[in-house]
Amino acid sequence: MTEKDVVIIGAGPAGLACATRLKEIGVNDVLLIEREKKLGGILNQCIHDGFGLHKFKETLTGPEYIERYLQKLINYKVEVLSDTMVVNLFPDKSMILSGPWGREKIKAKAVVLAMGCRERTAGAIWLAGSRPAGVYTAGVAQRLMNIDNYMIGNEVVILGSGDVGLIMARRLTLEGARVLMVLEKLPYSSGLPRNISQCLNDYDIPLYLKTTVTRIHGKARIEGVTYVSLDDEGKPIPGSERFIRCDTLLLSVGLIPENELSREAGVAIHPVTGGPIVNDTYQTNIEGVFAAGNVLHVHDLADWASMEGELVADFAKRYLEGSLPQTQNWIEVKAGEGIRYVLPQRISGKIDVNLLFRVSFPARNKHIVIKDKDRIIKRKRVINPHPAIMENIEVKRDELKGVQSLEVMIE
Amino acid sequence: MTKEMVCILCPNSCNLIVTQSDKNPDGLKVENALCPKGKEYAHNELFNPKRTIASSILVEEGELPLVSVKIDKPIPKSKIFEVMKEIKKAKVKAPVKIGDILIKNVAGTDANVIATKSVDKI
Repeated sequence: MTEKDVVIIGAGPAGLACATRLKEIGVNDVLLIEREKKLGGILNQCIHDGFGLHKFKETLTGPEYIERYLQKLINYKVEVLSDTMVVNLFPDKSMILSGPWGREKIKAKAVVLAMGCRERTAGAIWLAGSRPAGVYTAGVAQRLMNIDNYMIGNEVVILGSGDVGLIMARRLTLEGARVLMVLEKLPYSSGLPRNISQCLNDYDIPLYLKTTVTRIHGKARIEGVTYVSLDDEGKPIPGSERFIRCDTLLLSVGLIPENELSREAGVAIHPVTGGPIVNDTYQTNIEGVFAAGNVLHVHDLADWASMEGELVADFAKRYLEGSLPQTQNWIEVKAGEGIRYVLPQRISGKIDVNLLFRVSFPARNKHIVIKDKDRIIKRKRVINPHPAIMENIEVKRDELKGVQSLEVMIE
Repeated sequence: MTKEMVCILCPNSCNLIVTQSDKNPDGLKVENALCPKGKEYAHNELFNPKRTIASSILVEEGELPLVSVKIDKPIPKSKIFEVMKEIKKAKVKAPVKIGDILIKNVAGTDANVIATKSVDKI
């Protein structure tokens, strides 16, 4: 059986960055596996710009961002298997691959999970009605239009104001479709303000907050939707139902880390992030299995996913050398008042750690406080905390001396 | 006159507060920008709003039916649909290389349409 030092599963922004970084720090026995023929993951279909500002200090389209890594990959001669699916991952870090050449079992000393995420579907949000043609998740519509050259409809309603939905509102408009409205059940959009401005406002597309779709009409093809206003508790307001005719409904209602392989291998999954529970070396509960990018938690920007991939490359190298921090007493990191989740979920206290977290609700002028029981360890002012924006606080090793537990909360 | 606008140049989405005074109509006061580009954006947005756009062009004999494209400099907002019209009419033959100029001076805007990915010949 072939044995590799590091196998990376998934060649999106996290996997590509991890693979190239490993080569840069002298880990040569690396295999990068991708199920699609082309490397790059979802960025191949993200033809709009706005990527790379942090990584490359300029704004690139998705395919251009990927190209930067592909050049490095070729220069560093990284071993790549594309059009290849990891069908099973086992706790001993062996795995079964399936590709055009057949099946093979291989083994890795360290595994980096970088499978990304997938979209929530109509079923996931309990959308009632029949299942006619013309109902797509925003990402599927994006692929059909930008890669496969299909126009998906003419009169479009978009449910959910995530960034992919906003980007698709503009894309459909430029291609001649009429985007009638974007509906969001929350009192605020989950997309970047920039995208509300340049994708909706520029084209006079209305965004209705606290509004959702309650029924899909039509049998063979969608013929319209019923939408309804929601009260402060998110319940439909009786009598507010309206009907609008449309031939297409796009869903942009959230992303879920794709962890079927991880679960099968016995990786513990966090109920809020939907990704693996990791420690401050991004290691899961299985020794030598690491996670980076959207498979771990959904990021705001591809740049952050890549940076996480690079960080994990450093830890994977240290794992191979046997120099990762060891401890019997993990410090649990809790998401307290007003915080949805914190990552990593447990830390050794022996290295600096950058705590990543999201708040539960939008607010103004708050403080983020990190506490060990009643003792305040760190405080940071946040001007506009928003669930759509990932926040971070760096805690140095010195500040963690004697710490028993950590709680992040908003004040 | 004070106006709020979201800078769209990068994902930071700075919420700019733009103040225009009668005495000096060109001298804008721009607050809340994380970088100097915010001021330039606010100025353009008030006097000559510009956008860059991304789309795709049909490819003949390519491994993919489409090549993704962008324009290499911002164009007046009012020209977006004229530019899209030309992009839709265009067809190119594979192979296409990333960075290739596929349409020069599109719709008389002085901007070029360039490929943002490579598409090999089948």
